[in-house]
Amino acid sequence: MKANGSVFKYGDNVDTDVIIPARYLNATEGAELARHCMEDIDKEFIKKVRPGDIIVARKNFGCGSSREHAPLAIKCAGVSCVIAETFARIFYRNSINIGLPIIECKEASERIDDGDQVEIDFDSGVITNVTKGESYQGQAFPEFMQRIITAGGLVNYINEK
Amino acid sequence: MGMTMTQKILAAHAGLAEVKAGQLIEAELDLVMGNDITAPVAINEMKKMKDQNVFDRDKVALIMDHFIPNKDIKSAENCKCCREFAVRHELTNYFDVGQMGIEHALVPEKGLVVAGDAVIGADSHTCTYGALGAFSTGVGSTDMAAGMVTGKAWFKVPSALKFELVGKPSKWVSGKDVILHIIGRIGVDGALYKSMEFTGEGIRNLSMDDRFTICNMAIEAGGKNGIFPVDELAEEYMKEHSKRDFKVYEADPDAEYEAVYTIDLSKLKPTVSFPHLPENTKETGTFGEVKIDQAVIGSCTNGRISDMRIAAEILKGRRVAKGVRCIVIPATQNVYLQALKEGLIETFIEAGAVVSTPTCGPCLGGYMGILAAGERCVSTTNRNFVGRMGHVDSEVYLASPAVAAASAVAGHIVCPCELGD
Repeated sequence: MKANGSVFKYGDNVDTDVIIPARYLNATEGAELARHCMEDIDKEFIKKVRPGDIIVARKNFGCGSSREHAPLAIKCAGVSCVIAETFARIFYRNSINIGLPIIECKEASERIDDGDQVEIDFDSGVITNVTKGESYQGQAFPEFMQRIITAGGLVNYINEK
Repeated sequence: MGMTMTQKILAAHAGLAEVKAGQLIEAELDLVMGNDITAPVAINEMKKMKDQNVFDRDKVALIMDHFIPNKDIKSAENCKCCREFAVRHELTNYFDVGQMGIEHALVPEKGLVVAGDAVIGADSHTCTYGALGAFSTGVGSTDMAAGMVTGKAWFKVPSALKFELVGKPSKWVSGKDVILHIIGRIGVDGALYKSMEFTGEGIRNLSMDDRFTICNMAIEAGGKNGIFPVDELAEEYMKEHSKRDFKVYEADPDAEYEAVYTIDLSKLKPTVSFPHLPENTKETGTFGEVKIDQAVIGSCTNGRISDMRIAAEILKGRRVAKGVRCIVIPATQNVYLQALKEGLIETFIEAGAVVSTPTCGPCLGGYMGILAAGERCVSTTNRNFVGRMGHVDSEVYLASPAVAAASAVAGHIVCPCELGD
């Protein structure tokens, strides 16, 4: 599986309240949530994002609430992968469980800039920065989590067991 | 190598004699919980599963607390979805308007969690119940759906940070100040993926409400859970609130901790987290005048009876400053009733505050106290992220009920010790 897109770059501690503000949490459908994705940190995001685009951030991405609405909004906005130095643990779990690809990679998180064109090979974990002509090695998932991802999320994984 | 308290509980629930940090395990659950925001998403996920039944109707709890009484049509539909699910599956523990409270105050109060339990809740502040010596952690809606059906969840066994509490806190210092101090010290990702284990002789100087507040905000340091040893006070609490048997786990003397922090409670001062991260802490008296438009006293962090009592002690015979809105929200119906019996509600209203039915309401910017652009609120809640309580250009300052009440009177953020008679 591969992803290829243009990068939206953010800093440390991007929290779930800016990813999807609570004023929209009365909605449960992904398409509706996606319309407000990143609204309180970047009003332009939803106007500019194209299917396949990639979010890159620094430390502790997705901190705060357990709302699954956050990875769901990102996934339904068309984002193909989120790369960060570290993820908050509930966001990390939720992303795996709903099938939003995420990769921890300190070097990519530091080196990639807003607007860079990036390719990701999920099998090898290699992140290629086409704009800068660099590549970085992302952290591979433990086998158990890879099985959940391959199944297309936790519900499918349990159904297949 | 010995195990921490958290590791022992996880090992027991995974049917293993021993677990190590980093190990992936599947654990049996004693309680799976969700609220009116996260449960509807979980219920939808459950519809995609082959097995459509809950594993144990006594061990699934749905608590309507975030946007209730319903703030709008969509919220009403979400609650309706939960209500119908609870009826269909004959859930023992469904709490709606009239019986409800904010989940993390209600669950211990109703005796649904006891020491030794393993609990998941589709709410990040589920870590609160560590105060009773249980392993409890927040998850998302899909984990909740899987938990409701299978009665199990997968976990990576966490490594641990140890917080050795010593000494006795001074008059206006509470559990909130302890946890804000710790978050200020280690940062909002200082305990990422780890358990925060509180120990030390200072624990005996902390009430159960203080301990609930401390564990509640473990997530604000990135922690997987927070946990206290079970002492006489915790045992008394459980005997008063629950009919269930509890099991006491103790950390091994040679348990491994990634770091050990000593916190001298006697040296702590009332502490405030400045916008827009809980780690931006300052002690009262070390910053200039921060004027406020609103004070909120409530939430799963600080809406318990001792929080109400301390706020009332400060507001008694005083008035909320002109231009300040003071909103008091008892966390559960029981807390509300107890506050009423003790005359605290009267004190709040006489001081010029308003008192709301239990709800998460303004904490997450839902309703009941949303901020306009440029407004500032001192709040006993748990997060001060950009836009958390309303407009992206509003500001939230996190503090204890004592500081919030005193600030409501002063019109700017102060320690109660700075109020005159």
